[in-house]
Amino acid sequence: MHRRLPTAFVTVALLALLGLTSAQGVVNVYSARHYDSDTTLFEAFTEATGIEVNLIEAGADELIQRILSEGANSPADVIITVDAGRLWRADDAGILAPVESDALEAAIPANLRHPDGHWFGLSQRVRGLVYSSDRVDPAELSTYEDLATDAWRDRVCVRSSTNIYNISLTASVIASAGVDAAQAWADGIARNLARSPQGGDTDQIRAVAAAECDVAIVNHYYLARLIASSDPADQAVVAAVGMFFPNQEDRGTHVNISGAGVVATAPNRENAIRFIEFLATPEAQEVFAKANHEFPAVEGVAVSEAVAGFGTFRTDELNVAAVGENSAEALRVMDRANWP
Amino acid sequence: MTSQAQRGRIARSLGGARGSGLLSGWSVAVTLLALLVAAPVWVVLSSAFTPSGDVWSHLASTVLPRYVRNSLWLLLGVGLGSLVIGVGLAWLVTMCRFPGKRVFEWALLLPMAVPAYILAYTYTDFLQFAGPLQTTLRAVTGWGPGEYWFPNVRSLGGAIAMLTLALYPYVYLLSRAAFLEQSSSILEASRSLGRGPWRSFFSVSLPLARPAIAAGVALALMETLSDFGTVDYFGVQTFTTGIYRTWFGMGERVAAAQLAALLLVFVFVLVVLERWPRRRGAYQQPMSSRYRVLAMYRLTGRRAALAFMASLMPIALGFLLPAGVLLTMAVRNAGRSVSPAFWQYAGNSLLLAVLTALLAMVLALVLAYGVRIRPNVLTKLSTRVASMGYAVPGSVIAVGVLMPLGFIDNTVDGWMRSVFGVSTGLLLSGTIVGLVFAYLVRFLAVSFGTVEAGLGKVTRSMDEAAGSLGHKPLSTLVRVHMPILRGSLLTAMLLVFVDVIKELPATLIVRPFNFDTLAVRVYRLASDERLVEASGGALAIVLVGILPVIVLSTAIARSRERRR
Repeated sequence: MHRRLPTAFVTVALLALLGLTSAQGVVNVYSARHYDSDTTLFEAFTEATGIEVNLIEAGADELIQRILSEGANSPADVIITVDAGRLWRADDAGILAPVESDALEAAIPANLRHPDGHWFGLSQRVRGLVYSSDRVDPAELSTYEDLATDAWRDRVCVRSSTNIYNISLTASVIASAGVDAAQAWADGIARNLARSPQGGDTDQIRAVAAAECDVAIVNHYYLARLIASSDPADQAVVAAVGMFFPNQEDRGTHVNISGAGVVATAPNRENAIRFIEFLATPEAQEVFAKANHEFPAVEGVAVSEAVAGFGTFRTDELNVAAVGENSAEALRVMDRANWP
Repeated sequence: MTSQAQRGRIARSLGGARGSGLLSGWSVAVTLLALLVAAPVWVVLSSAFTPSGDVWSHLASTVLPRYVRNSLWLLLGVGLGSLVIGVGLAWLVTMCRFPGKRVFEWALLLPMAVPAYILAYTYTDFLQFAGPLQTTLRAVTGWGPGEYWFPNVRSLGGAIAMLTLALYPYVYLLSRAAFLEQSSSILEASRSLGRGPWRSFFSVSLPLARPAIAAGVALALMETLSDFGTVDYFGVQTFTTGIYRTWFGMGERVAAAQLAALLLVFVFVLVVLERWPRRRGAYQQPMSSRYRVLAMYRLTGRRAALAFMASLMPIALGFLLPAGVLLTMAVRNAGRSVSPAFWQYAGNSLLLAVLTALLAMVLALVLAYGVRIRPNVLTKLSTRVASMGYAVPGSVIAVGVLMPLGFIDNTVDGWMRSVFGVSTGLLLSGTIVGLVFAYLVRFLAVSFGTVEAGLGKVTRSMDEAAGSLGHKPLSTLVRVHMPILRGSLLTAMLLVFVDVIKELPATLIVRPFNFDTLAVRVYRLASDERLVEASGGALAIVLVGILPVIVLSTAIARSRERRR
């Protein structure tokens, strides 16, 4: 035992030294976003501030688990997720710390951030309807609720209820009309499915083009991606479909956010705040949103050409935290509706 | 080390003269090692015994019947499919001579290099309405959309097909190793007694190879149970998707653990079924002192053509077609699909795979040998539990890995703080050490099953002879068993190597900062429905996986000759 002590000391000293040198100019980011453009953006942050960005990408729920099991010693400074439900869950797990930042509060609308600054939305993703230009007159489309009526029997495509975007959509229906109404709605959607849920959102759009169904519930950027694609097959799909944003006459179309929060145990808290503030600058917002055809969180920032083509529309102003709160119930509702 | 020897001596005195008791050195060492590897499984299961409120009744009344039904169908389909393809072709290329046999010997392993989820993505792309096959079909026949029936690959049947194609190589590899290790004198005896090829196969080769075949099928089935990527993409709801949904979707960790526990009941049944044939112990064979090339059955004419087609089919469907689709995609979009950082990703993948393959082989050898020489309830049970990690969905086991790592780190840190006033921070979490541990937890079953099956075929008289010549157990292991087991050890390394190259969930969650592997890279893109961009990386996984497959499979074939 005694013979090992010197080695232990040296190891500890070295580690402490490592800790010191790395503490000066880094920000450790746990991200659930997987876009190359993000990496470019992080490099720009390093260039502007001298702060190095260390990155781990994985699913948000797993990242939350990792931060929890790393405990007080976790190196995580910032966690980025691709939906509001997970931000809410991270906050619920107690791993996010409040941040006071005038810059962030000025830039990001109140419904896209936590009231006490536990997290901030950075881009918006709209869950709209893609319809067949041949078989559907856009005038027939109105609301998410309408898709659950008998007029749409065997005509709807949507992916699995395990998907977080569907969970969030259902959670927003619960928030607006209560569990019973949401149940009736989910029952109707499950009844109206043209085929058993399969594949991702792009596959639902392709199914509309292939006449397997008449209308699909998808996030807007999947269609925008096809619009921007140079592949003739993708262009053929785009030519056969149209985009519709439902619920314009009432609460507005459901939006989800990709956002970030500062971790409660962050060893580099100041850098973490600077990092999120950087992502909310107009320049960064443009890159952040454009690369994936998302809507920026900050107003007045240019969108991609494909997204600009969708025009302007009204979005649900419900604070996205409400979506997170209802997400577990939403899953149960969809289970009971037999929405696979 | 000295203390261990002392413990061994004390244990021997406790456990009887020959040290076969529960407390012998080997028994304790094996149990501790196995428990270490089993820790994450326990972490996951530990919460299964707490009440989960009404979630369980909700699950049982809504989705559970579907999970059970689909999982059972998957197991049945993949089990039968991989059994027939794997064993049939292993015997064909080992015992028969026909055109292309030399190439098929290793080429039949190629589908192993293609992860099942990649197969699922490429087949969907290939077979979809706007894909090349249906477009050609419509152009040739003049049929319009909706005027013809076309099978839907995104279905339970499709999932069975994908998983069978990706997993039959496990059965093929293990049963081929078993056929190669079979004493030629036994087969010659069978032939000289007038048994034809079919009867020799069913009455001699098959029973002798049964432990290896069972091990291979068990691996394929465990991998089937833990598969998430394929079934999720195809919209087939199984236990695995259910566990994800319950844990990550509903945030109900306890109920998810209970589902996982139920899943492990499936696995236990599998394991028991796999053990069954070994009980009788009648399948050990004398080691032939003479080695001779077996006289093979020479196939000609129609039979040769049939054998050729049968061998080509799984390679074409499981490798050539998907690799071709990926290659076309990658070439057509070279700008988007190939990036210079590939070499770094490939380097990381290789480093992890080589390291883990070696460690897993050594660990499996120690554990399997420990059970062999100290077969008591502790060693048997703990190694069984240690192999369970393979059947638990990757993401769940990865979370199970994070917790003990974090616990150790924070305990050490707390101790160092209180004693020396220095913080050590995280020593294991977020390092390659942690990642390799995660792989060992996940893939020990693969190397353990392979080594154990190989060891089971070595007659006990070898141990006794070595013992009578004064060899201690460790020296018997190194000097007697390891040379005999060369083929099985290489097989174990090969399987783990390829599994690590393809591994995703644990890599994603446990890895260090700024550390990408090929699989991570492909997943990033494919999960976001950007298959074209992912094609370059997917192809690289396939390529990095192929080389060792070829090298090691020829080494395995040669290992038979070395035993001269």
